[in-house]
Amino acid sequence: MKLLKTYKEKCTGCHTCMSVCSKLYFKQDSPEKSCIRVSVDPESGFTLNVCNQCQRCVAECPSMAISVNKLGVVLVNKTLCIGCLACVAVCPTHSMRNHHDQIHPFKCIACGACAKECPAGALEIVTEEDPT
Amino acid sequence: MTEHRFDIPALKSKHKLLAEYTFEKRPVKLGYNMRTLYINIDTLEIKEKPVTMEMKKKFTGGKGFDLKLLWDAVNETTTWDSPENEICIAMGPVCGNTNYPGSGKSIVTTISPQTDIPIDSNVGGHFGPYLKFSGFDALEIQGKAREETIVYIDGNKGLIQIFTAPDEAIDSHILAEQMVDMFAENERERQHISSVSAGRGADHAWIGCLNFTYYDKRRKAMRLKQAGRGGTGTVFRNKRLKALVVKYSGLSGDSNQAADLEALRRTGLKLHKEIISLDAQQCRMRSQGTAHLVEIMDDYDLLPVMNFRYGQHPEAKKLASWVWEKYFTQNIPDGCWFGCTLSCAHAVDNFELRTGPYKGHKVIVDGPEYETIGGCGSNTAIFDPDAVLEINFYCDTYGLDTISFGTLTAFLMDCYENGILDKERTGGLEMTWGNWQAALELMHRIARGEGFGLIAGKGIKYMQGYFVHEFGADAKFLKDIGMHGKGLEQSEYQSKESLAQQGGYYITNKGPQHDEAWLIFMDMVNNMIPTFENKAEALHYFPVFRTWFGLQGLCKLPWNDIEPANNAEQPEPNKVPEHVANYIDIYNAITGEKIDKTEMLLQSERVYNFQRIFNLRMGHGKRVDDYPPDRAKGPVTELEYESRSERYDKQLQEKLNVDPAGKSTAEKLKILRAYRDDQYEKLLDAVYKRRGWTNEGVPTVEHLKKIGMDLPQLVELVRKHQ
Repeated sequence: MKLLKTYKEKCTGCHTCMSVCSKLYFKQDSPEKSCIRVSVDPESGFTLNVCNQCQRCVAECPSMAISVNKLGVVLVNKTLCIGCLACVAVCPTHSMRNHHDQIHPFKCIACGACAKECPAGALEIVTEEDPT
Repeated sequence: MTEHRFDIPALKSKHKLLAEYTFEKRPVKLGYNMRTLYINIDTLEIKEKPVTMEMKKKFTGGKGFDLKLLWDAVNETTTWDSPENEICIAMGPVCGNTNYPGSGKSIVTTISPQTDIPIDSNVGGHFGPYLKFSGFDALEIQGKAREETIVYIDGNKGLIQIFTAPDEAIDSHILAEQMVDMFAENERERQHISSVSAGRGADHAWIGCLNFTYYDKRRKAMRLKQAGRGGTGTVFRNKRLKALVVKYSGLSGDSNQAADLEALRRTGLKLHKEIISLDAQQCRMRSQGTAHLVEIMDDYDLLPVMNFRYGQHPEAKKLASWVWEKYFTQNIPDGCWFGCTLSCAHAVDNFELRTGPYKGHKVIVDGPEYETIGGCGSNTAIFDPDAVLEINFYCDTYGLDTISFGTLTAFLMDCYENGILDKERTGGLEMTWGNWQAALELMHRIARGEGFGLIAGKGIKYMQGYFVHEFGADAKFLKDIGMHGKGLEQSEYQSKESLAQQGGYYITNKGPQHDEAWLIFMDMVNNMIPTFENKAEALHYFPVFRTWFGLQGLCKLPWNDIEPANNAEQPEPNKVPEHVANYIDIYNAITGEKIDKTEMLLQSERVYNFQRIFNLRMGHGKRVDDYPPDRAKGPVTELEYESRSERYDKQLQEKLNVDPAGKSTAEKLKILRAYRDDQYEKLLDAVYKRRGWTNEGVPTVEHLKKIGMDLPQLVELVRKHQ
């Protein structure tokens, strides 16, 4: 499956990825609207949090608005979504996002835009075996 | 699954359009439409009624609106089958939000064939929320149709149609599929259809229930949720209604147009997270639903066994939660409304039926829930899970309440063992304990309107009179063992050792169900409410608090079938204070009002007292109506006494200072029963006092003034009884 792999040891905390992501998704430069999140880790410098395409949210969605495409990427269909946020609650990595500006949750779809812009090479689109 | 192929064009060709009405589509605002829908299926009048500010203030919504509309529709002489009796379905301001778990309930009220007073029964499924978002806070159906009828409400087009429907099925599992085939124009639209229907059992029995459907997208099949109690399905079929159908496709994450959506989402998300992280260690609702209660009740001697004689049985483990978990199709959320992560609505797929008109069919069985397992399983000594499932399925599709069917079948088996019934009197049915074939055959006879089935289907209260009159049975004994109050069969918990729960069952507005108060653990197990005043306080608070769910369109389960991790450290943990605060938050977030807990309880208390006075108006609702059968209060036979003799002997010594040594079981039983009768009288006194009622159980004028419910009609009525 296709996913965004992170290398936190390379991350410099520049937040370029968050800026790229929120601009692409929401046309706004807003950290709260980025699918990927960079935060300070007192021990290792920075941590990177982003969807690992584990699909846990797919079964939880009551309106079957969350599906997996042929590349293994988990997608939210905004037309079908009824905004319950059960997917946000169930996400084991806390990578399904929600923001008060919109009803629907949002998540990383492994588009790779952030990886292209990351000056430190801390992000990479990879294809891995589906563990399921 | 057995597939049914329907010739929908042929079915539709027999329809005759009787009436059509268009309405202005208006979005819900702040949780309300501020209008209700009235349909008379005899005169074919269809009209909209405004919800006044006064109605909103006094009755809040949901069950409050239902009762208000029903009050205005009926009179003192109305019976269940009077044309003016109504089926009212209402939702409530919080209903239909997709953010907070358990927000999809609607409430059905009618004058009950079993109790002759208003019954209210809450139900999941999509009909209520879709009806609300179509434009109405409540629906009244009055009159009796002249032919079999379907009412169709299209919330997308703003269209209502009444038409005859001679050839559609009556049984719900077939009819539900026909309705979705008929009204969905494509696969995508199937999820936007929901119907209400009963079944052939409701044509003949007084214990008829209503099935509210929802389309299960994963199973690609219709699911059924029941408004079970008190004969709503019987009234429905008496009106010659086959189905109410609604279509609505505009559901969104803010269909209520909440005043503060973010606050609603934040509170909902908090509970979602709590459920996801704690349910597996708490009630396992997500994997087992209410079936998780079976072994707990058995462990505490609370599981009804053999018509409530006992509270435990060695074979009860055959019906334990882990058995059902293997039957249920797991790993998918089985919620009856969108956004309910508690997801307790489990189902069994591909269940092959062994009896009846659908023998050999492979079907979906919705449930079984705890009440069905207790009633149609342990209480009848049926410990075969396949048999319980089959009874569950047929009850649903025939439109029969599993609780009443279970309790009345247990009563019949008790009568059979005691020689009141025999094969001749039952028309050949050998109603021995555990005989599931006989129980199912009885149900098929109810559905066919045949012989003894017609008598049994009318419930325990009717049968008591019939058996005394026709068979010369001992009226006192039948009164002792007939587990009903006001005519409604008791739901499936043992109340013998909890005086507070005896009140929780029988000092209620509609009869012994468990939706007002469940106090057994507080009272019997943890001894938290030892005095009469303590018990009375609990029997004031919990029924009032829990009425609020019905006013709002909420499910009770996410209140205390999941608890915050630190709940036990909170003051009054039995009230689950954080969740109570959540409810106030979501109500305020949706409606834009700013109520606190005091006002929340007042909203409920107004409607609770209104319902009590409604009972009074219908000739009931007084002290004499609030007594349990003696078996709900303790042992009534020597056999029962001896089964727990150590417990009862100890009670004689410790509570009555009576030495049991040398006394016969009959003597000890007599003393114990007299003591428990006296205790119940004292409980009634204390509860009425706490509720602001007279010693006869009538709300006082002063109390009505205090709670802001001194409406002229009510004051006039209660004054006659002060």
